[in-house]
Amino acid sequence: MRHALTALATLATLPAAAQELIVYTYDSFTSEWGPGPVIEAAFEAECGCELTFVGTGDGAAMVARLQLEGAGTDADVVLGLDTNLTHAAAETGLFAPAPTDMPAPDLPVVWEDPTFVPFDWSYFAFIYDTTVLAEPPTSFESLAESDVSIVIQDPRSSTPGLGLLMWVDALYGEEAGAIWGELADNIVTVTPGWSEAYGLFLEGEADMVLSYTTSPAYHLIAEEDGTKAAAPFEAGHYMQVEVAGQLASTDQPELAEAFLRFIATPPFQSALPTTQWMYPAFPTPLPEGYETLHVPETALLLPAEEAAARRDAALALWREALSR
Amino acid sequence: MAGGAEPVIGAVGLVLGLLVLAVCAAPIAALMQAATPGTWAGADTAILRFTLMQAVLSALLSVALAVPLARALALRRFPGRGALLTLLGAPFLLPALVAVLGLLAIWGRGGVISDGLALVGRGPLDIYGLGGILLAHVFFNLPLVTRLLLQGWAAIPAEQLRLAAGLGFRPADQFRHVEWPMLREVVPGAALLVFLLCTTSFAIALTLGGGPGSTTVEVAIYQAIRFEFDLGRAGLLALVQTGLCLCLAGLLMLAGRPVTAQGGLLPEAGGVERHGWRRGADSALLLGAVALLGLPLLAIVLRGLPGLAELDGSVLRAVGRSLAVALSSAAICVLWALGIAAGLVRLAERLPRLARAAEGAMLITLAVSPFVLAAGLFLLLRGRVDPFAIALPMVVLVNALMSLPFALRALVPALALARRTDGRLADALGLRGWTRWRVALLPRLRGPLGFSAGLAAALSMGDLGVIALFGSTSTSTLPLVVYQLMGAYRMEAAAGAALLLLALSLALFAAFDLWGRRA
Repeated sequence: MRHALTALATLATLPAAAQELIVYTYDSFTSEWGPGPVIEAAFEAECGCELTFVGTGDGAAMVARLQLEGAGTDADVVLGLDTNLTHAAAETGLFAPAPTDMPAPDLPVVWEDPTFVPFDWSYFAFIYDTTVLAEPPTSFESLAESDVSIVIQDPRSSTPGLGLLMWVDALYGEEAGAIWGELADNIVTVTPGWSEAYGLFLEGEADMVLSYTTSPAYHLIAEEDGTKAAAPFEAGHYMQVEVAGQLASTDQPELAEAFLRFIATPPFQSALPTTQWMYPAFPTPLPEGYETLHVPETALLLPAEEAAARRDAALALWREALSR
Repeated sequence: MAGGAEPVIGAVGLVLGLLVLAVCAAPIAALMQAATPGTWAGADTAILRFTLMQAVLSALLSVALAVPLARALALRRFPGRGALLTLLGAPFLLPALVAVLGLLAIWGRGGVISDGLALVGRGPLDIYGLGGILLAHVFFNLPLVTRLLLQGWAAIPAEQLRLAAGLGFRPADQFRHVEWPMLREVVPGAALLVFLLCTTSFAIALTLGGGPGSTTVEVAIYQAIRFEFDLGRAGLLALVQTGLCLCLAGLLMLAGRPVTAQGGLLPEAGGVERHGWRRGADSALLLGAVALLGLPLLAIVLRGLPGLAELDGSVLRAVGRSLAVALSSAAICVLWALGIAAGLVRLAERLPRLARAAEGAMLITLAVSPFVLAAGLFLLLRGRVDPFAIALPMVVLVNALMSLPFALRALVPALALARRTDGRLADALGLRGWTRWRVALLPRLRGPLGFSAGLAAALSMGDLGVIALFGSTSTSTLPLVVYQLMGAYRMEAAAGAALLLLALSLALFAAFDLWGRRA
């Protein structure tokens, strides 16, 4: 009898004894087809804790939700912001500095952000079907002069859309409005998010879609379809770097730090290329097929603070030019 | 009279109605209070103008097509009519993204029509812009308006039609004397519903609008909340949008004639003989409607079939969750609407104009942006309850609210009619309480009840708005799974999940609707 009681008491205290780390991320990261499940199992085996991913819309929705919740948030770590959002996120004062002993990431640009740890990245690019388009444009100018049709995402509601906005801004600055004006007749439509745009492209609604240089890897590896390629732009490609950060209000600071360090390790990084279809941010062998991808010679990325400062003016130019 | 319970029912209706207003107004107030109120920019006026313009055009177009279509469906009897009536529920309950892909399979640059044009050397069809927005809104709302108008035709007592035939009325006379008065009562309300639905258009306006020139207020609200975290601005935009919609709704409700329910036997299912060109025109119209609504649905089915095999356990769990959400919000919506309708009908017997204004006020649930509703409720409940725990109940509540105006639209006239006819009979016989409901009122309400429950269930099945902010992995519903699959490049599986969603929503709608129509 006493043994049974002891056993019951042990059972009752077990769940409370296991520490829980709550990580906010976007939906597709945690879905069955994303890297979430593999990473969760690997980290739980290492830390002896419970890792809970909470999927909340996309990156922008995550920042909005954090601001709604304030310091009372249950989240310990946030995973899936990109460099266009990090400045706004850091400004909320809700984030704690990253561990100082992180290894150096493997990125085409220098990484000096004291708060956020990168976990994956890729270059924005226009994806086309090689059986439909023989000679893709090699610059925004030649795209604007051609009658190649494109689908893009709205920078007000999607991170790739915002990436394209900053890409054009980084290349053309004050002249961006003129470029957008010339691109207007190439743009079939502007969608709220990446999924809609990519779906429209695959349905044949446009010749090219704004996506990533790593997108063709999905078709090649998962579908054994080698007909999708990224159009190489000579002036360079803007990058998207996805990052994670630890919240200052966390009740599990050690676990949160351990998770950020775990990001740099092979169990985490090796899950990314065939689930996120992005490059891992720390040195990791890439699966077969990635060697076929186009690697731009010039990587463009505005520092987070500058990107945030330039955003509103760039958005106004974009709206002005495309509303006509 | 069945006196005793009347004031109680009136009071319950009043409380339920005020609760609707509170749940909608509180989030806007919460947003405006949370931050410094935003300022109105010149560009906002242009956005507001575009929003109202596309909504008005969508409403006019939907009604203009729905009147002849509903008439043909009401007057004619043909094999497959029942199936067609059920099919009319389908477009309305599709998630916007799925419907858009279905529409583009027919109308898009890579669609069937463009392929046909290419054969004769013509360029692809380009529907992006106002045309595309209107096409999608008509695709969504034409069936809804048709169903609402059909209820109007069903409410015309069969003996009136027979009398008209006996008196040798020509079809034009019959239209003027019998059908036109009914349309004058039903059309403004139905048009108003479409107008309000289209003012909060988000994904359709963005995807098919072609560019930022087609920005709706809803897009600006989304941007303010998610992108700039400017809650004060979101609150201001929502206030202007909701206020303007409510003013328009109030005017239209007051200008329209109060519903004068007519007595008669239960309308019976019997067609009217139609001859010559009228018969041909009816048939052409029906075929056209089947093509307009059916072909995009067929495209969704064909695209989805190969993907069905790829669906796994997580999709099934989402199905279970979606069904639970759908059934709960249908139950809440119908009970809520029944309470309000009972109160409104009693009010209408004494103060018809006030009752119409009150019914107009209930339309607020369609004019309020779901994003504002979600963010505002989140703010109000912050720190009091666990947001994860309330995610699904919140989705249930918001969806029940969004379906409320449709349920009221269907229930109020039917309840008024029932009270004037069989209700009086029941009073004369001394029937009271539940027996009075069961024997006298319910048989007349069965149709509208089934329709409302089906619509509410199917609508919440396809909802995506609220879950996006409140959701977490353990709450992902079927529409969210469609998005997640697309986000993971798995377009084929996503098409399969979309087909599953379409089939389940339609089955839910059909089950309730058939229960209601099996009078």
